[in-house]
Amino acid sequence: MPLLMPAPEPQTLSRRDEIVSRLRAILGPQRVIADETARRAYECDAFTMYRALPLVVALPENVAEVSAILALAQEMNVKVVPRGAGTSLSGGSMPLEDGILLAMGKFNRILEIDYENRCARVQPGVANLAISKAVEAQGFYYAPDPSSQIACSIGGNVAENAGGVHCLKYGLTTNNILGLEIVLMGGEVFRLGGKRLECEPYDLLGLMTGSEGLLGVVTEVTVRLLRRPPLARALLLGFESVEAAARCVASIISKGVIPAGLEMMDRATIDATERFQPCGYPQEAAAMLIVELDGTVVEVDHLVGVVERIAKQEGATTVRASTSEAERLQFWAGRKNAFPAVACIGPDYLCMDGTIPRGRLPEAMLGMEALAKKYGLRVANVFHAGDGNLHPLILYDATIDGDMERAEALGADILRLCVALGGVLTGEHGVGVEKRDLMGEMFSETDLEQQMRVKCAFDPQGRLNPGKVFPTLHRCAELGAMHVQGGAMPFPELPRF
Amino acid sequence: MSRVPQSESELAEVFRDAAARAAPLRLVGAGSKRGLGRPSAGEAVSLAAFSGVTLYEPEELVISAGAATPRAEIEALLDAQAQELAFQPIDFGALFGSGSGTIGGLVATGASGPRRIKAGALRDHLLGFRCVTGRGEIVKSGGRVMKNVTGYDLSKLVAGSFGTLAALTEVTLKVLPKAESEATLLVLGLDEPQSLAALRQASQSPLDASGFAMLPVGARALGLGTNAAAIRLEGPAISLDARRDELLRLLAHPAGRFETLEALASRALWRSLRDAEPVTQRPGQLWRVSLAPTDGAALLDRLRAAGASPSAHFYDWAGGLVWLGFEPAADAHAGTLRPIVEALGGQATLLRADDEIRARVGVFQPQPPALAALSRRVKESFDPAHILERGRLSAEF
Repeated sequence: MPLLMPAPEPQTLSRRDEIVSRLRAILGPQRVIADETARRAYECDAFTMYRALPLVVALPENVAEVSAILALAQEMNVKVVPRGAGTSLSGGSMPLEDGILLAMGKFNRILEIDYENRCARVQPGVANLAISKAVEAQGFYYAPDPSSQIACSIGGNVAENAGGVHCLKYGLTTNNILGLEIVLMGGEVFRLGGKRLECEPYDLLGLMTGSEGLLGVVTEVTVRLLRRPPLARALLLGFESVEAAARCVASIISKGVIPAGLEMMDRATIDATERFQPCGYPQEAAAMLIVELDGTVVEVDHLVGVVERIAKQEGATTVRASTSEAERLQFWAGRKNAFPAVACIGPDYLCMDGTIPRGRLPEAMLGMEALAKKYGLRVANVFHAGDGNLHPLILYDATIDGDMERAEALGADILRLCVALGGVLTGEHGVGVEKRDLMGEMFSETDLEQQMRVKCAFDPQGRLNPGKVFPTLHRCAELGAMHVQGGAMPFPELPRF
Repeated sequence: MSRVPQSESELAEVFRDAAARAAPLRLVGAGSKRGLGRPSAGEAVSLAAFSGVTLYEPEELVISAGAATPRAEIEALLDAQAQELAFQPIDFGALFGSGSGTIGGLVATGASGPRRIKAGALRDHLLGFRCVTGRGEIVKSGGRVMKNVTGYDLSKLVAGSFGTLAALTEVTLKVLPKAESEATLLVLGLDEPQSLAALRQASQSPLDASGFAMLPVGARALGLGTNAAAIRLEGPAISLDARRDELLRLLAHPAGRFETLEALASRALWRSLRDAEPVTQRPGQLWRVSLAPTDGAALLDRLRAAGASPSAHFYDWAGGLVWLGFEPAADAHAGTLRPIVEALGGQATLLRADDEIRARVGVFQPQPPALAALSRRVKESFDPAHILERGRLSAEF
């Protein structure tokens, strides 16, 4: 699957010096990175398979500067790629050779913490975990917890609608933010939402969340704060088959229990984590669940009993409930280290992110096994079992010629399988460049055109983060037309990739 | 006589034809929410053909149904599995003297009830949909799984869009188990600011309450001779007493006394608050204001100072939602209310007033010009000829 990005535009490359000097006029010399060695640091995000050297890196530190840069970009018809902490797993902030990389890292302040209204106003470059750290002494936290939370920025979380292991009960980013300040191409600044729960019609706050940096640049976020539950306990459950584990998950939920976290690991992942850092996972199990319950003490103790009973009924071969915070953390330690653990047996891996209806899990596992065999590669699975979000880790060796391409092809087939089972291409990592060319598996051309028209409402010149999410570039004028006559594509000179 | 297209492609044909003539169309499910929003113009198109539950998998927490499926049918189906729509949607039937409408109408008008503060809003539970846009194109978005970031989240846009972007044909919603039991603690005898402070204090506690309302003295539904702050606890029966006892300790106040409503009475109270009965049961004009919880009391103070005291009011969402009933005025008090709400960063929606007044003063909080222009561009991306529900959201579109 060769990845094609829009060809760098000669008219932009030829004006690079002018762009750099005009950016310096806005930001001063220190916060414009033009030097090639320094730009190298920005050549990719956490989707490291593909890299590009950005035209220039701009480091604004206030809204007025962002606005001025986006006005300049519009005026000079230059592309812009926004970037938070650069932890995107789908290449959402992969630079463009003819684009300004707008690095938002200097927006790193928490502006206001308002416990009475249970919210905080923060700048987009603040790390996800830093918000929870800032309010933990008062007993509060910010709920979405992607595994990269120590590094990933809240602005990037908004762009990607980041999830985490506690989504089933507490929702994704979109369910946990109240307000945004955004800047559009051209420099206009908007405030959406606020400290209230009701949004304006239309819900542009909801639309912005998960729009992968294609609609506007986030310059401020108002997040909801939740009170930390007094107690959390986890259960470790082992099963003889993936089917039995999946049945247990369905049974827990149909009994009316919504756990705070509900994770599944398959045999390959259990083996890898036990080798990496032994934490007492059941070695003989074909699949393992971690079920976390949180709330008040009486409630949690009651629910732990309920889940224990269900697990035994469903034939669990291991049933252990944490009796201390240390033990709970130990149950989680292996899961939290699953990715690096798998990397040790890899040596490289590609992390997929499809979601399926939970009930189709046994089929998905069998299908993946067959596909892995066909490609001669190994797949280890970690799975947010509560909400059906799969993370198959495809193991490959980048030093072997063609192995990476095989891994990518297997990944694409796995995502096609997810869609065929009633699921989707991505549950929390985003489309970016990684899944861009698979969008047609899930959406019709008409579906995609409507999405692109929404982009046109925000960015009519198509200059903000182009080449991401959509498999084909269209001009907004072209999308305004009611129909494509007789299947003939207008504007044949436009790049399609 | 309204048209009744029988399939998505027939509906698309009707829309394409109307778009070519720029002829406005009204979308009708059960017609129960005609009184919501500004009056819209045009020939009626019935969505009645898009009815029936197409998928319900309780253990997957998901239901899909044609947009014209009666809300009551969905609720009965969920109830049989001890599940529900967790955002506790308002039933406008009582307000407009109509039925409880369709699931598509519910999504299109997007109003969430008391549990919104804990469980999220309607927009948080809409997983996906199928629709026909104002361009006459059949479009789908989202999916049926809980976690999905594939493409733009158009579900957020259509929720609460009043049919101005597209006619929904099928919606997919996340459902959740009903709580095993519930109880409500009433804190009585405090003044209004003290009652609201008690609600905020409870909402900051880790007791996981799911309703925070304040009923001023005499408000219906309770009809007590004193102010009441009501805090709802839901969950396993075994946990309710312990959580209530902690609340009692937390909210002890020299001027306050406590009462507990057990499950039946608690359910009745929150159902009545969900449908805003303390204000809807009196005649007059009606507003719903969403703002930061700490600004709820300030809104009332400023209204009174401006000589526009409501004839009835109560608070939900720990003060963040204020329902206001007024004696009729020619501008429905918009001239006084809107600047106050604007200054507090809130949103005021006119829920009940004559058609002529709703058309003249508008229903939704006016937006700054740049935001209004952006909203208009979003509208036109779906419906460039402005055929769908013309005038429903604003005089402009």
